[in-house]
Amino acid sequence: MITLDNLTKIFDTDRGVVSAADHINMEVPQGEICVLLGPSGCGKTTTLKMVNRIITPTSGRVLINGKDTSEQDTVSLRRSIGYVIQQIGLFPNMTIEENISIVPKLIGWDKSRYLKRASELLEMVAMDPAIFLKRYPNELSGGQQQRIGVIRALAADPPVMLMDEPFGAIDPINREVIQDEFLKLHRELKKTVMFVSHDIDEAVKMADRIAIFKEGKLIQYDTPDDILSHPINDFVKGFVGRDRALKRLQLVTVAEVLETESSVVTAEDSLATALQRMTDAGYERAIIVVDGDGRPVGYVSRSVATTTKGNCGQHSYNLRTLVRPEDDLRTVASKMFTHDATWLPCVSEHGKLMGVVTQRGITHHLGATYKSSHAKEQNLQHARVAP
Amino acid sequence: MKGLGTSRFFQLPVLIGVFLLGVYLQRSGLIDGMLYYWEDIVYLTNQHIQLTIISGSLAIAVGLPLGIVLSRPRFIKVSEWAMQGLNIGTTIPTLAILALSMSLLGIGFVPSVFGLFIASLLPIVRNTYTGLLGIPAHLKESASGIGMSAGQMLLRVEIPNAANVIFAGIRTALAINVGTVPLVFLIGGGGLGELIFTGIDLFDTEMMLAGALMTALLAITVDILVAACAFLMVPRGINPSRA
Ligand SMILES: Nc1ncnc2c1ncn2[C@@H]1O[C@H](COP(=O)(O)OP(=O)(O)O)[C@@H](O)[C@H]1O
Ligand SMILES: [Mg+2]
Repeated sequence: MITLDNLTKIFDTDRGVVSAADHINMEVPQGEICVLLGPSGCGKTTTLKMVNRIITPTSGRVLINGKDTSEQDTVSLRRSIGYVIQQIGLFPNMTIEENISIVPKLIGWDKSRYLKRASELLEMVAMDPAIFLKRYPNELSGGQQQRIGVIRALAADPPVMLMDEPFGAIDPINREVIQDEFLKLHRELKKTVMFVSHDIDEAVKMADRIAIFKEGKLIQYDTPDDILSHPINDFVKGFVGRDRALKRLQLVTVAEVLETESSVVTAEDSLATALQRMTDAGYERAIIVVDGDGRPVGYVSRSVATTTKGNCGQHSYNLRTLVRPEDDLRTVASKMFTHDATWLPCVSEHGKLMGVVTQRGITHHLGATYKSSHAKEQNLQHARVAP
Repeated sequence: MKGLGTSRFFQLPVLIGVFLLGVYLQRSGLIDGMLYYWEDIVYLTNQHIQLTIISGSLAIAVGLPLGIVLSRPRFIKVSEWAMQGLNIGTTIPTLAILALSMSLLGIGFVPSVFGLFIASLLPIVRNTYTGLLGIPAHLKESASGIGMSAGQMLLRVEIPNAANVIFAGIRTALAINVGTVPLVFLIGGGGLGELIFTGIDLFDTEMMLAGALMTALLAITVDILVAACAFLMVPRGINPSRA
């Protein structure tokens, strides 16, 4: 757990006094990812660097698991905190193995242990130790270097990680991949993470909590869902963007809005049976055709079933795309637009039909969001007007 | 880094030149003439090498730590001045340095070594200093953020990553050093200058050439030795010649 207690940093510059962090109070619970979010120059980096004392606070305290960091030896404090920066900061004179082993070596692990750890960590990010251990940083791509940056910070298994725009310099496609990888690692390792970003999408994706900063002040500290549905003021509203309702879709998975598809047909069923089942189940447009193992293989539309005779196998259309229960609704919505579909089948890991996601289901979810946030905004306005 | 590339570029023509020169010398009977001084050559070459090794090692032993100290943040005020001073120092001709050294310490071995030491000190200090200052801030931040002490950061991150620049300085310094040694004959230091200057005075081409060729040979050998050290000692990840 990281606690910031009235944390303040004032820089004396030629242009005058700058409050880079102004009485910040917040708490990052054990095992959560907290994203510090805000426009450039709002004090995110300054706040982050006060945690490992690269910047000394002007006033206020930082506590890690209740212990005041200013009372600890700075060097050993830092060895217990993983640190990842945007420029990555791998040491070009050291091999990947040496880079990863730095902190374990500094804290006196024996050789066999830190070498084993280096291989283990490389495997965690799907990089083959046999290939990469003996390479130098300049022999790796940007994305690979940043993966090494992350696992180097994890090497000595620190309970706390600080990450300053770690994926900011990586191209968008690789960034998605490395974000997913990090989330997967995080689910296993459960570190307490403070993560700086200026990208709302990244924040929504990564964060358990988002802290929005403006000019050195903490404006709102909430879960991504609350930030998106109940932005506290116009600044936050502007920052999260007009499409915040759409962004919120990213936080919901298919599993949460899945409509179970109880009625299906097989290829051998006649179209008359298909029509009957659609009517019974109240499906307006189509029914899914499954194979003997319950895997969707196509669909029969109501119009075909009403006008044609024969069996379903001959008159089914191919399914254009499938979704998985763990996909987020943003992905699903985008697939729907791409394939011009109003519904998509959802399948399990083994390809079995689990149900469908419909546009109506998604709209319903959006509508619910609008209502609740609208109500809360009005309440807030009342509250502001009242005194 | 640039120096390395250029010297490679010139290596082949130089080798061919040396070879042709050798053929010419053999034909003209100059080689026999030079071999007449063989004992002197051996003795003076030894002396020459001694002068280089002693003054060169002194320059490295003093220059490296001096460059390191000057690059530390707390000396930044002092070091700006010091570097200005050193830069002016480099513009003084080496012969003048030897003359000053003689006026301070008299003639003989000690003033010779001292003069050579001063002449080769400057490039080492300057390159160590600029090499260390040139380490990107994010590397240092990364090192201290990871929990390295100042000393660990210097030894494991700063010096290794400045190694190319530092070696370039040592190479320049030793090139200056070997090239200056013949001049210390003028202040009584001995070395191959004795053959060169005496040869010039006596219009004895063989004698002069014996000294000059030996000096050239030594210069090339030293340069190759330093390059080999750099090749072996600079880690592959930052070594332009091993990329
Ligand atoms: N070392 C410093 N000296 C003076 N001012 C600084 C220093 N570091 C940051 N600042 C100022 O503090 C403010 C916050 O900076 P920073 O924390 O880097 O912002 P962010 O990471 O959110 O972009 C900025 O106005 C910046 O100019
Ligand atoms: Mg920043």
